[in-house]
Amino acid sequence: MAKKELLSIRSIVAVGIGSALFVILGRFGSIPTGIPNTNIETTYALLAVFSLLYGPVAGLLIGLIGHTLKDFIFYGSPWFSWVISSGLVGLIIGLLVAGISIQDGVFGKREIIRFNLAQIVANAIAWFAVAPTLDILIYAEPANKVYTQGLAAGAANIVTVAVIGTLLAVAYAKTRTKQGSLRKLG
Amino acid sequence: MNQLKRKITDMKNTVIEFTDFSFTYRTQQEPTLRGINLSIRQGEKVLIVGPSGCGKSTLAHCINGLVPFYYPGESKGSLRIAGQTPGERSIAALSQAVGTVLQDPDGQFVGLTVGEDIAFVLENGAVSPAEMNERVTAAADAVGIGELLLASPQELSGGQKQKTMLAGVLAGNVDILLFDEPLASLDPYTGTKTIELIHRLQQETGKTVIIIEHRLEEVLHRAVDRIIVMNDGAIVADLPPAELLSSRLLGEAGLREPLYLTALRYAGVTVTPEMRPEHLELLQMEGTAGPLQRWMDGRGKQQESAAAEPLLELKEISFGYDEKAEVLHRLSLTVNRGEMLAIAGRNGAGKSTVSKLICGFYKPASGSIWLNGRDISRDSIRERAERIGFVMQNPNHMISKTLLYDEVAFGLKLRGVPEERIRERVYNVLKICGLHEFREWPVSVLSYGQKKRVTIASILVLEPEIIILDEPTAGQDYRHYNEMMEFLQGLGSRGITVIMITHDMHLMLEYAQRTVVLADGKKLADDRPERILTDRSIVEKANLRETSLYTLALKAGLRKPEELVRTFIAYDRGVRRG
Amino acid sequence: MRARMLTFTRQDSPVHSLSGAAKLICFIVWSLSAMITYDTRCLIVMLLVSLAVFRISKVKFADYAFVLYFILIFFLLNHLAIFLFSPLEGTQVYGTRHDLFHLGGRYTVTAEQVFYQFNIALKYAVVIPMALLFLLATDPSEFAASLNRIGVNYKIAYSVSLALRYIPDIQRDYENISFSAQARGIDLSRREKLSQRLKNIVSILLPLILSSIERIEKISTAMELRGFGSGRKRTWYTGRPFSLSDYIAMGLLLSLAAATLIVTFYDGSRFYSIF
Repeated sequence: MAKKELLSIRSIVAVGIGSALFVILGRFGSIPTGIPNTNIETTYALLAVFSLLYGPVAGLLIGLIGHTLKDFIFYGSPWFSWVISSGLVGLIIGLLVAGISIQDGVFGKREIIRFNLAQIVANAIAWFAVAPTLDILIYAEPANKVYTQGLAAGAANIVTVAVIGTLLAVAYAKTRTKQGSLRKLG
Repeated sequence: MNQLKRKITDMKNTVIEFTDFSFTYRTQQEPTLRGINLSIRQGEKVLIVGPSGCGKSTLAHCINGLVPFYYPGESKGSLRIAGQTPGERSIAALSQAVGTVLQDPDGQFVGLTVGEDIAFVLENGAVSPAEMNERVTAAADAVGIGELLLASPQELSGGQKQKTMLAGVLAGNVDILLFDEPLASLDPYTGTKTIELIHRLQQETGKTVIIIEHRLEEVLHRAVDRIIVMNDGAIVADLPPAELLSSRLLGEAGLREPLYLTALRYAGVTVTPEMRPEHLELLQMEGTAGPLQRWMDGRGKQQESAAAEPLLELKEISFGYDEKAEVLHRLSLTVNRGEMLAIAGRNGAGKSTVSKLICGFYKPASGSIWLNGRDISRDSIRERAERIGFVMQNPNHMISKTLLYDEVAFGLKLRGVPEERIRERVYNVLKICGLHEFREWPVSVLSYGQKKRVTIASILVLEPEIIILDEPTAGQDYRHYNEMMEFLQGLGSRGITVIMITHDMHLMLEYAQRTVVLADGKKLADDRPERILTDRSIVEKANLRETSLYTLALKAGLRKPEELVRTFIAYDRGVRRG
Repeated sequence: MRARMLTFTRQDSPVHSLSGAAKLICFIVWSLSAMITYDTRCLIVMLLVSLAVFRISKVKFADYAFVLYFILIFFLLNHLAIFLFSPLEGTQVYGTRHDLFHLGGRYTVTAEQVFYQFNIALKYAVVIPMALLFLLATDPSEFAASLNRIGVNYKIAYSVSLALRYIPDIQRDYENISFSAQARGIDLSRREKLSQRLKNIVSILLPLILSSIERIEKISTAMELRGFGSGRKRTWYTGRPFSLSDYIAMGLLLSLAAATLIVTFYDGSRFYSIF
């Protein structure tokens, strides 16, 4: 879907709507896991799916814009280290899944594995390394605290995308089936 | 000699010309447009009608350049717009000549405020801020929304959004205005006002106007030069309104003619172009009153409905989304077992809120809701859902499975019903809904109307006593409207109570046994629909329109004019069912 | 579900009347300086300045009171976490140790730790009033124009505007979808097992995402038809040229930022120690 041009109108609109979705799901779409302070943030499943659909640039921008707006509108002030990491997740997933043509309905076992490897790499880099390091650089917080937080958040996001993101991508691919292959039953 | 001269100037002033034009989308095997020959002159006002899937939207896309630039495909023959061949240019270049007002105002309204949205085209053309301000103000004043420049889209009514779209197109100084189903999301009153506005602007500016719409009677509220009828990808008629309406071509294409004309035909009157059938005010009535009165008297009196047994009762309900604004004020309402009830009222009158309170999505601030004589105010959403089903306007908001069978079975699975019971109940419902042959299909390949049915099926399978539908026929043409409503009528005869939230007057007249009209959170009227649609004060307050059948009866000077409406509805249903 | 949001209200104040681009530049410079410095003196001065600006802006307490609750909770949890994970972080940072009292195990409260956490608290406190103010006193219509003005590509800038435009619409979609899901028996509360909850949330997300993709298609065609993206440049209906007061505000802020940097790094360390 419009991956040829870096910033087609469709990708611009996808960034706008994707960011709005990120804001709404970021605020309303968290499910408690039962482990204290660790939630299933469904908004990262959305981010992964939109990166898959609209490419790395859109993924990067949705992460940056969506996260900034969400923090601003609901919590008063953006938490920059995590904003940057969200953008990074979108970018890396988008880069690593390039070539999967999900809009043609292709999303089988191979694509699922590739998508999940991409999201694991992306989330690991963003939450295990970048976010805590930025926390230390910007806010000079204790290293063991921020790395533990990063580890928890990253793990939760990996699980979220693996389950919800994969289910969404598979379901989306199924909606792209062509009518030609179907016949009415008696 | 003179004639030849005129022909030459005509040809010069042709702004749109299709010659033997055909078009096939890249994703499709069959051509969507076939052998189109059509020329539209500068300053003409043309209406294009046709059933869904006839190709009228594709024709519009060819004019504004979405075909072939956004929706690629292969075309044959030639097309010239404002002296240019669109295929050799770009959408942006074409947008200098053709301004399009799309069907869905929320999709087209991209600005954060009215002013910004009107300015959008100018911003994209890098017009200087000073000039932009001037042109935006002028355009806003031209459509009468000069006061609203700072308003956000969420604060506007459907009519105001439509006016913003129109101003946005006017600001761009285009010569051709293209309206793609401009009435689709408007109530009858606002629709009439839109048609008046388009007409006035066309008269003042001399622009070419093309309207694509299937609500024929409402567009004809103001004169058009020609009507083009499309069916199955081809043009089947290209006639002045008077000639077209005198012919049978509309019916053959599956379209609905204005009701007053159908009534005349039923009464045995032959409609001719000389009678000026294109507008009720112009209609020559000589020799029509007699046959109408005789036909009406001959059909006999329509029977009153049977004794009513209350099923759902709302008692003194008050509600507001925040403390400041009350949406409903001490509203009381009774729904009887087995009836089809319509709830009408203008935007913001509280129609949708009523249904959300009944389903328990929100809790009323005061008052109570009773079902079968039991207070259900404390029941949860899910408990109420066992008895009351709710079908949303947009089917895409309800469908959460990819396969049709799974979608319909979903509610039962969540309720832990055993698999073989589920299969049986799902198959039954699919048969009732006419979806049985698609049972193994993915939902995504179904048409909009079929998806709507899937959502109804997924509610029906839970065997509710009441089913509430929000605008059940929105966005559907006459044939699909008919199918959907006959289907809902069938549910009524199975003992299911149906509540419809709508501003579709045909739907109310033809199917509802009773209509409740809400205004400002209160009940304004509660009566048989034909009495409501013939009462001028109610019609005005609810943004409805007097039905043309009643206007005809008055014009003909019939005894008991509202009786014509009932006679017509009863007879017409018989005819449509064959 | 109707959660409150921070929103702009029109008001007559020196802060409101600054152009959006000037406020954006001020906010960015401010946040960057607050991120970089750990100098207590600078932070205290900045806090006083930000509170003064907040006063001038005449923003009503009721407009942001509800976020203070979130901020406070987050604040407390974060400070507790810092102490739990690293009770002697302050000692490491400042290189001295003055015990105040012992709590048990490895937990001893030191003066350095208190001072260190006080500095962290200050760092947040400095950014929050300005961030709130930026949101409450800047017309969202000016966001995109401002971003474009400071050099962001106009298409990307416009996507921010689109996000703001469609947040209320998407929230309404989300509400409708989850209502109808609940009516069909989908439960997202703790009553369900986690695995079932995950499956259930997909039933809400799928319609939301599919209808959003459809929305993207509609909006893109509308924008194509209205000539978006055809030119290299684009003008803005809501864009405003810089006024004298804009230059003054930006000038003051930049000098403050420069002063902060000089004071902070004068002795070669980000941290200022009282020990």
